[in-house]
Amino acid sequence: MIRIVLPPHLRTLARVDNEVTLEVQGDATLRSVLDELEACYPMLRGTIRDRVTQKRRPFLRFFACEEDWSHEPPDVRLPPAVVTGFEPFLIVGAMAGG
Amino acid sequence: MSGVRVLVGTRKGAFVLTSDGRRERWEVDGPHFGGWEIYHFKGSPADPNRLYASQSSGWFGQIIQRSNDAGKTWDSVGNAFAYDGVPGTHQWYDGTPHPWEFKRVWHLEPSLTDPDTVYAGVEDAALFRSVDGGQTWLELSGLRGHGSGASWQPGAGGLGLHTILLDPTNPQRMFIAISAAGAFRTDDGGTTWRPINRGLKSEGIPDPDAEVGHCVHRMALHPSRPQVLFMQKHWDVMRSDDAGESWHEVSGNLPSDFGFPIDVHAHEPDTIFVVPIKSDSEHYPPEGKLRVYRSRTGGHEWEPLTKGLPQRDCYVNVLRDAMAVDSLDSCGVYFGTTGGQVYASVDAGDSWAPIVRDLPPVLSVEVQTLAPSLGKA
Repeated sequence: MIRIVLPPHLRTLARVDNEVTLEVQGDATLRSVLDELEACYPMLRGTIRDRVTQKRRPFLRFFACEEDWSHEPPDVRLPPAVVTGFEPFLIVGAMAGG
Repeated sequence: MSGVRVLVGTRKGAFVLTSDGRRERWEVDGPHFGGWEIYHFKGSPADPNRLYASQSSGWFGQIIQRSNDAGKTWDSVGNAFAYDGVPGTHQWYDGTPHPWEFKRVWHLEPSLTDPDTVYAGVEDAALFRSVDGGQTWLELSGLRGHGSGASWQPGAGGLGLHTILLDPTNPQRMFIAISAAGAFRTDDGGTTWRPINRGLKSEGIPDPDAEVGHCVHRMALHPSRPQVLFMQKHWDVMRSDDAGESWHEVSGNLPSDFGFPIDVHAHEPDTIFVVPIKSDSEHYPPEGKLRVYRSRTGGHEWEPLTKGLPQRDCYVNVLRDAMAVDSLDSCGVYFGTTGGQVYASVDAGDSWAPIVRDLPPVLSVEVQTLAPSLGKA
């Protein structure tokens, strides 16, 4: 089980109160986790990754185990602590704007 | 009793302002989608309970929201705006080719007859249509592909398709406008398009009367006379009497012919409204006086409408989609400002009063005139 923490606006959009939990078949990577997240919550399509390029939106960051995963290739495996659900995978809105 | 619902899109959410036909007391409902920019928010003429909203954010991109119950509940629908085929390039600010990239939906125009059909004007400029209530979108690519698309260049606010006018007498005819490409018309339901900019003159482009490249800010028509178009251009208020085949200037005695919105009285096709702004680099009213100008002669001769509007120290702007009219017997006129005020006039502009004063900056104002059975505020 993978635990995902969404930024507040995306929790509202997805109509969830707290963490999202997912089961991912095969290797848990950035790509497979986000694919599963979007499959379970279609309203999030395009809000985290660009719909065409599938690139991370510029003002979002991915954190896991106190490390910044934002610039990791999409098919790198996530840390075991995230894969087992011991640590959450954080999708964070960058501090910007007003 | 009839009623009015004013749909307001702001920098930080959507608001629904409701009143009965007297338009004296208002209920303010919102914010919906708090914290998100609502570039445009409009109801279906065919089903007033069907609303569409363009919700976007610099963090999370574009969302389209749809309501089937007049805004009580919402569903996010399709947000896949994929350009048809290989998108190609348009001109960038420095004149170099720049790939077409979707950024946001500036304007949603529901069909006049089918609640599930809605058009979206987007940045980078293109027109999309949905026939399933916003679930899926297909580009009407004949617009970008008609020939001049590669030469379109963004205005300061982006290369946005912001105006979509549907001809109520001819479902095959539509007019659109793009900053800073100009106005275009289709006569075959959106398959093919051509520029309709003859008569426009823009000093800010190399060829002032070029076929494309004009920064049109907004167009409007009266449904009883759709071959007559009014335009607020970057500078100049313009009129066409032949569905855009030719334009002539009707700025007349306006204190400034720069501005953004333009609209037409619901019952008087020659009565039009604009909000003069000082200049393209000073986006606020001349002399700090917020004045709507009304022409009852289809242009040329304008009168300032000031009663109830601030006449000193006012430095707000009124954006292109932030003015609308209702169709009650005494035509109501509404506009919102970048200072967060939404003003209403129940007497066609003779006098004004704020409905609400302290919203986030207003991006769009639309009005639904409700039949008696729907009009309870």
